[in-house]
Amino acid sequence: MNATASLSEILAQVQDVEVRFGGSAVLERVSLTVRRGEIVTLIGPNGSGKSTLVRTLLGLIRPDRGRVFIHPGIRIGYMPQRLQVDPVLPLSVRRFLTLGVRATLPQVLTALEEVGAAHVVDRPIQDVSGGELQRVLLARALLREPDLLVLDEPVQGVDVNGQHELYELISRIRTQRGCGILMVSHDLHLVMAATDHVVCLNRHVCCAGRPETVSRDPAYLALFGPTVARGLAFYQHRHDHLHGPDGILRPAAARPHQRGHSHDG
Amino acid sequence: MDDFLLRALLGGIGVALVAGPLGSFVVWRRMAYFGDTLAHSALLGVALGFVLGIDTNVGIIAVCLLLALILVAMQRQKRLATDTLLGILSHSALSLGLVAIAFLQTLRVDLLAYLFGDILAITTTDLYWIYGGGLAALLILAWIWRPLLATTVHEELARVEGVPVTAVYLVFMLLIALIIAAALKIVGILLITSLLIIPAAAARRFARSPEQMAAAAALIGAAAVIGGLYGSFQWDTPAGPSIVIAATALFALISALPRRNQRRH
Repeated sequence: MNATASLSEILAQVQDVEVRFGGSAVLERVSLTVRRGEIVTLIGPNGSGKSTLVRTLLGLIRPDRGRVFIHPGIRIGYMPQRLQVDPVLPLSVRRFLTLGVRATLPQVLTALEEVGAAHVVDRPIQDVSGGELQRVLLARALLREPDLLVLDEPVQGVDVNGQHELYELISRIRTQRGCGILMVSHDLHLVMAATDHVVCLNRHVCCAGRPETVSRDPAYLALFGPTVARGLAFYQHRHDHLHGPDGILRPAAARPHQRGHSHDG
Repeated sequence: MDDFLLRALLGGIGVALVAGPLGSFVVWRRMAYFGDTLAHSALLGVALGFVLGIDTNVGIIAVCLLLALILVAMQRQKRLATDTLLGILSHSALSLGLVAIAFLQTLRVDLLAYLFGDILAITTTDLYWIYGGGLAALLILAWIWRPLLATTVHEELARVEGVPVTAVYLVFMLLIALIIAAALKIVGILLITSLLIIPAAAARRFARSPEQMAAAAALIGAAAVIGGLYGSFQWDTPAGPSIVIAATALFALISALPRRNQRRH
């Protein structure tokens, strides 16, 4: 543990958490801490339990074992992975933003300007693009003036330039507001500059630490494969499989294999 | 104008004014078949009332409330989609009702009366019930409006933001069950479910906010009642079905209107 970080207040913590869906473990003995002023990033392949861990921390899933602690009285801003509003519900972006908290139009506009999406304020929420929707969701979380921001894949559907921009923005939010941030990401290299602490998850915590350390960790390399780990351009294809215990590739959409990865680290 | 016609008009408009806003939520939440499910359980309520020696309406209300509770409990399991659950509940409730009534040989039920109700037989007492109960229902709906809307848009986001999701949803379901059960005798199964769904669907075209849609649905429903009763009086057609046809005609008419240029920037 980092000595300076442990001085700051713990906002949220899960300890030795185990979550099972229909008999098979999705999370096994996972621990995670988010402190004020700190950005913690969860990385891992598809189906590794990232969203499950986030939703457990938020109290949306009750763990089968282990403890979840949320600092009493803190405000949480949450950005879910998916939002689909049925077209039959007439809802403008402005109205959507005030569903979570009562806010005036200037406050709404300030939040949208902060995320670079002020131009969509009067548009129906169903008409904004994927990238714009991510920004709108972030604005809704910010409007709550959160102590803890929880972002589940904040850059999905955003083009590469936009991804860098968003990560910079998230980093700036932490500096300006001093909140703690927990976010889920698909790959380490894009978030590296914007995060303090990385937790590499594959149903259990494979490795954790500062981003430079994790990127060289044998467990991280084993999980993502050396090509991916070096961050080459075609890495995204590699996320579509898992390694079976026998070394055979399996599609990530299939049920998680029965035994965990064996890592050297 | 004859008194019975005036009462039918007032009663029908009263039901439509309540059904519009409630029906909007039914449409937004994709619960169109909830009404039919409750309606199908009415027979069981009749049988229950007869066996227990209590008022038929109390029997129907009790069964509808019970069904709403069962549905909420089953939905929380998240094993089956809501439409599947509604299908199961709907047909088993109907069959249970038919079997129960077959056992009670002294009980003769006029099924057509339940299907179409008799809006022309509305009494002054019924009117008090419609307007008193309707006002109470609208007040309760206004009270849970904001949290219910937030839950409808994204349940988990609402939960994280502190909305008592389950309680709000339960209040809403019981409210719908109560309204349908109470309106069943007065206007019949067919009319109450159509007044929930069709005006709300028609109102979508005009609405730019949830509240506009709810208000427009109430007005369109009232217009359908007036038009249907006029047609029924003019051409001596059955009143309930005429109102449903008037609502459908309004829906078709509105759908055929040329679209205004949608402003997109």
